[in-house]
Amino acid sequence: MSVLGSELASHRFASGLAPGHLDRLAAIASRIEVAAGTRLFDEGGQATSMWLIRAGQIALDLHIPGRNRLIVETLGPGDELGLSWLLPPARWQFGAVAQVGVSAFELGTAAVTGLCESDHELGYQLARRLLGTAVARLQAARIRILDLYAAPSHAVGGTS
Amino acid sequence: MIDCRYPVRYRVSSRLEETHDTVTLTLEPAEDPIAPCRPGQFMMLYSFGVGEIPISVSGAPGQPALTHTIRSVGAVSAALCAAQPGHVIGVRGPFGTSWDHADAAGRDLLLVAGGIGLAPLRPALLAALAQPGRYRRIIVLAGARSPAELVFASEYGQWRERGASVDITVDKADASWPGHVGVVTQLIGRAQLDPHLTTALMCGPEVMMRITGRELTAAGLPAARVWISLERNMQCGIAECGHCQLGPLLLCRDGPVVNFEVAEPLLAVREL
Amino acid sequence: MALAADYSDRYELAAAGLEDLHRALRSAGFRVIGPRVTSDAIVLGELKSASELPFGWGVSLSPGGYRLRKRGDAAAFGHSAGPGSWKQFLHPPREKLWSASRSADGLVLDADADADAEPPGKLAFLGVRPCDLRAIQIQDRVLGAGAGHHSAYARRRAAVFIVVVNCTEPGETCFCTSMGTGPKSGPGYDLLLTELVTEANHSFIIEAGSRAGQEILSALPVQAADSGSLERADSAVADAAGRMGRSMQTADIRELLAASHHAERWEDVASRCLTCGNCTMACPTCFCTTVEDVSDFSGDHAERWQSWSSCFELDFSYLHGGPVRSSGVSRYRQWLTHKLGTWHDQFGSSGCVGCGRCIVWCPVGIDLTEEVAALRAERDAAAGPEPGLGEPG
Repeated sequence: MSVLGSELASHRFASGLAPGHLDRLAAIASRIEVAAGTRLFDEGGQATSMWLIRAGQIALDLHIPGRNRLIVETLGPGDELGLSWLLPPARWQFGAVAQVGVSAFELGTAAVTGLCESDHELGYQLARRLLGTAVARLQAARIRILDLYAAPSHAVGGTS
Repeated sequence: MIDCRYPVRYRVSSRLEETHDTVTLTLEPAEDPIAPCRPGQFMMLYSFGVGEIPISVSGAPGQPALTHTIRSVGAVSAALCAAQPGHVIGVRGPFGTSWDHADAAGRDLLLVAGGIGLAPLRPALLAALAQPGRYRRIIVLAGARSPAELVFASEYGQWRERGASVDITVDKADASWPGHVGVVTQLIGRAQLDPHLTTALMCGPEVMMRITGRELTAAGLPAARVWISLERNMQCGIAECGHCQLGPLLLCRDGPVVNFEVAEPLLAVREL
Repeated sequence: MALAADYSDRYELAAAGLEDLHRALRSAGFRVIGPRVTSDAIVLGELKSASELPFGWGVSLSPGGYRLRKRGDAAAFGHSAGPGSWKQFLHPPREKLWSASRSADGLVLDADADADAEPPGKLAFLGVRPCDLRAIQIQDRVLGAGAGHHSAYARRRAAVFIVVVNCTEPGETCFCTSMGTGPKSGPGYDLLLTELVTEANHSFIIEAGSRAGQEILSALPVQAADSGSLERADSAVADAAGRMGRSMQTADIRELLAASHHAERWEDVASRCLTCGNCTMACPTCFCTTVEDVSDFSGDHAERWQSWSSCFELDFSYLHGGPVRSSGVSRYRQWLTHKLGTWHDQFGSSGCVGCGRCIVWCPVGIDLTEEVAALRAERDAAAGPEPGLGEPG
């Protein structure tokens, strides 16, 4: 079933886009339902899609030999999944797996790129939203690196 | 009348290891109990021969027994964490302001906790859960370093059953953790707050409170509806030694619970 | 002579009568503390007789400078604030708070933990300046000296007898008029003296300020004060108001300091400040203390001691592994902002009485009146030119 621009508008990532832009994006979007445990992509795979998560929870993960799979970050309703496609060589940095049943809009990134090339205004709007997502995740990641919950004796920056 | 200058003997009645470095002690008075404490207040806990530190109460208010959740980070906290049932420690207090200032009746009560910051918030949560209907929604957002370092983890289910929405996130986890991985601010958007009807209580590392406070006000909450719990070097607890100053505030008397509108400009000044 | 029922009447006491005053205080059970010359300074200590007062001595004061000088007269109180203040007697540098013993299940507080058991010795302060009386009253607000307070400070404070001497000889670093604390004393004394010294005559105008003061006064060889003496005494005090060595504009000082957190002046003063803390030791209102838990070699006895501390100490603001205020800038800013600004928020008055001790006893001669003027100038310059900006007083 095809996606309507009005449905995209209710997703936090796409909200505020002009109706014309919403329609053009909707035309290249599809609705997907993913069962719990389904892997959306693997680390190293070709990054050719992006998703707007509507319901459920997706974990970005990393396999390390000899250790349990590590969770990098979890994403949920309102979040955008997929940033690696923006930069060459467009390969996934991490893997992604649905932790519970997930519903999302999926968009092929070749089609998205094509839309942006032909409509720079749409391209600018999408770029701003993707940049905003990246900034928010970068800031959160930086806070996590600071390890603020660590015990003071283990914390970086103490004078003792 | 109990003079807050002298420690009162309290006996450890139970000891629960919350995490590898955090213990919850329940204390019963070994002599006349000290004054009842309010959520958000703290006691000075004394371990004989080692010293005394400020620890917020972490249990339901209004009981003669005291509950304190202590993280072992120095000599005194380590000694307190090692105290076994039957052991007597000294207690002075209660000191400071309480979460009661927040006056959130009829509104959504949002509690945002970072790490062991969930401990000083727990009395406010338990008091709220004990008064069904007083608040519109009760929402708990808590962040911790890892799943193994979550405090009161065995209670989250009960809190949900009693009507609170509880969302937990950790900085790092492996695949055995089915929950959120990320910072607590990332949970705020998902909580779908009504900024005009929400009162927020926050406790955690100061940086976390600065950042989360900004997120909340950016989401439309007036700063005056956000309350945080601050700490500084505390020694006397009775506003006479001068150590706990933060600008015009003496945190043992004007805190630890401080309104974010007052606190934010003070926290923004380096080395204040 | 019979005293009037209204004990605020004023009498005249010959200088020799100071010995009678000393004797009367001793008979009433007081140990008399007052200024004496020792180690080339005028230092507060126990007076065995009134003759130990520093008759004929004055001081020359400057930033970082203190010198005794011989006066041309025999004035007993012709000097301004020395290095110590009365706080060392009411709020002692070291004090045991309580002690405890190890027990099978943990601890037991020792019986003398409640120091009500031991009444403090009674002290009489002879020669308190009006600024120092205000300093005592400022500390009363911080340390609790009213009804309902049972601390050791409150007990000492209730037992002390205060003889204030109005100031007729301000020092080069004094600015009590700017702070509203002198040179004429406000209420709170038991006895008030104003010194009158000429070639021919050396006497004191004396008046009681309390029932206890009246009792002591009634034992002294006083005479009715004639209007000439009263006039000379009052004008000597009034004149002193015009001879202050320093001044400080205080009208908006709390707001000025609250707005000066990022002032460049802090870097300037911090480049000079040694963070030695002398100012806090000499200051009559600085009250900060540190608590220390100590035990004996057996490990079975522990005591908690309280001792003077200073916000200039690096560890003063220790939290989670390090000090909150680490730089000299932050520590000087804390001291000055607290003393002149946030003290208002915390205790409802200024913390400064204008005694000038911090200026004299700073080894590098930092003058807080100068620092405040510089902060004000920096703020006003940043605000841009405005008509009607007055010169600092």
